[in-house]
Amino acid sequence: MHPELAFAIEVLIAGLLSGVMYSLVALGFVLIFKASGIFNFAQGAMVLFAALTFVRILEMGVNFWLAIAVALAVMIVLAVVIERVMLRPLIAQPVIILFMATIGLNYFLEGFAQAVWDADVHGLDLGIPDVPWMSLLDSTNILISLFDIWSAVICGVLVLVLAFFFQKGRIGRALRAVADDNQAAMSVGIPLHQIWAIVWAAAGLVALVAGALWGQRLGVQFSISLVALKALPVLILGGFNSIAGAILGGLIIGATEKLAEVYLGPIIGGGIESWSAYFIAMLFLIFRPQGLFGEKIIERV
Amino acid sequence: MSERQFGDVVLSFDNVSISFGAVAALTGISFDIYEHEIVAIIGPNGAGKTTALNVINGVYQPTDGTITYKGEARTRMRPYQAAAQGIARTFQNVALFKGMNTLDNIMTGRNLKMKSNLFLQGLYWGPAQREEIEHRKAVEKIIDFLEIESVRKTVVGRLPFGLQKRVELGRALAAEPEILLLDEPMAGMNLEEKEDMCRFVLDVNDELGTTIVLIEHDMSVVMDISDRVIVLDYGRKISEGTPEVVRADQNVIDAYLGVAH
Repeated sequence: MHPELAFAIEVLIAGLLSGVMYSLVALGFVLIFKASGIFNFAQGAMVLFAALTFVRILEMGVNFWLAIAVALAVMIVLAVVIERVMLRPLIAQPVIILFMATIGLNYFLEGFAQAVWDADVHGLDLGIPDVPWMSLLDSTNILISLFDIWSAVICGVLVLVLAFFFQKGRIGRALRAVADDNQAAMSVGIPLHQIWAIVWAAAGLVALVAGALWGQRLGVQFSISLVALKALPVLILGGFNSIAGAILGGLIIGATEKLAEVYLGPIIGGGIESWSAYFIAMLFLIFRPQGLFGEKIIERV
Repeated sequence: MSERQFGDVVLSFDNVSISFGAVAALTGISFDIYEHEIVAIIGPNGAGKTTALNVINGVYQPTDGTITYKGEARTRMRPYQAAAQGIARTFQNVALFKGMNTLDNIMTGRNLKMKSNLFLQGLYWGPAQREEIEHRKAVEKIIDFLEIESVRKTVVGRLPFGLQKRVELGRALAAEPEILLLDEPMAGMNLEEKEDMCRFVLDVNDELGTTIVLIEHDMSVVMDISDRVIVLDYGRKISEGTPEVVRADQNVIDAYLGVAH
């Protein structure tokens, strides 16, 4: 293959694959937003908390799968505690109050995670080698890391399972009902507390997977909580309440970010990867504020 | 309607009071509701009518007094627990799930009837799928009954107010309740829509035997369809009885309809 073309494809695929990781973080936001209309500011802190818990348990010499199970159990307990202590007393309060509460939760979790465990940088090895896919490199000249492929597969499976679980049948309907009107949902017999705990636990699971995958790349440390910032443009693109939107939004952001850096960067001075996503998000805010798949806002006057 | 047959007491308030801070919303209210009855709660604005409904379905807990439902004195209760025990309701300002279509809104009313495993539900597989289909049939019956076939797939946020009220009634009916609480079911409707709604309320009561407690401001509607009327004013019960009795009660005339000359 022509080296220029191979390079372009390489950039595109690398972008798409990193986009899948953004999707994963965005998905955590979407789940909670769908079920409660709350923008969970603490999603990034949950990623940090999950990853740190996981890596510290691993470091105690615990078996890999057992460590995952324990970390997941911790995230589920965390979800139940958040529901009981934070959400339940604030039932039927305006959304902005709940949003403020998640800001508080964010700082609490960041501090708590580092107090219980520690604030060092921990290397994490998931047993997936971060090396080029040799046969692809040899045959087509395209360099893709095996780790990226694997994380894309893992994210893909997780996304499919969650999308199915939360969109079909009774759970999906209950979820949408709760998001739409708490009071009415309770009056038809939907147990709000359970739904919220389930959703926060699912967001915890997503945080754990995202934390583990980002953790191997970047090391498990405080800055991992900042990946949440990458999810913001994805959410604006995809719509805050669309699982499909989170996926597609992540792919678009990932691809354009990398392509822009490589092909536009040199023209306008480089270093645009960190803000090009926000620029795209801004365009969306102007022309399509509900995002690609967001529910259209219906207002009867 | 003198030949109508009622059952035992299904719900009773004994000296129920509720206050929010210094404001007493209900003071020492007592009444009984019998099975298969249609009871209207009336009274001027701020009389405590909606509060009374909210106490029945567990949105508020009474500060004092006892509520007995199906022979059991009730302690603290959440709305979804009330729903599980057969109490369904509609709201004064339609509380539908606006982003969902008519069908899905009514399906949420079946939520409590669905029994299959959570994870099977999630995967929409096997028994869960059969169950979904079975509930869908029940919901289609309600849609036929309420004559809203044409808006089955319409997002309810787009429907005119009168139809939204009807969908909300459908959602409440989907739970197959024993008691149906209707908070101003005819509010904001034109004459034709009101007549339709009256017919549905009467049919539900007649065909399904559902006990109905409703709040309504339109006196001709109240007098036409209710078996009994309870009159509240400033959180106190000032009268109770058949429409004829209440209409003639001097207390009601003074407090509610204005002093007669």
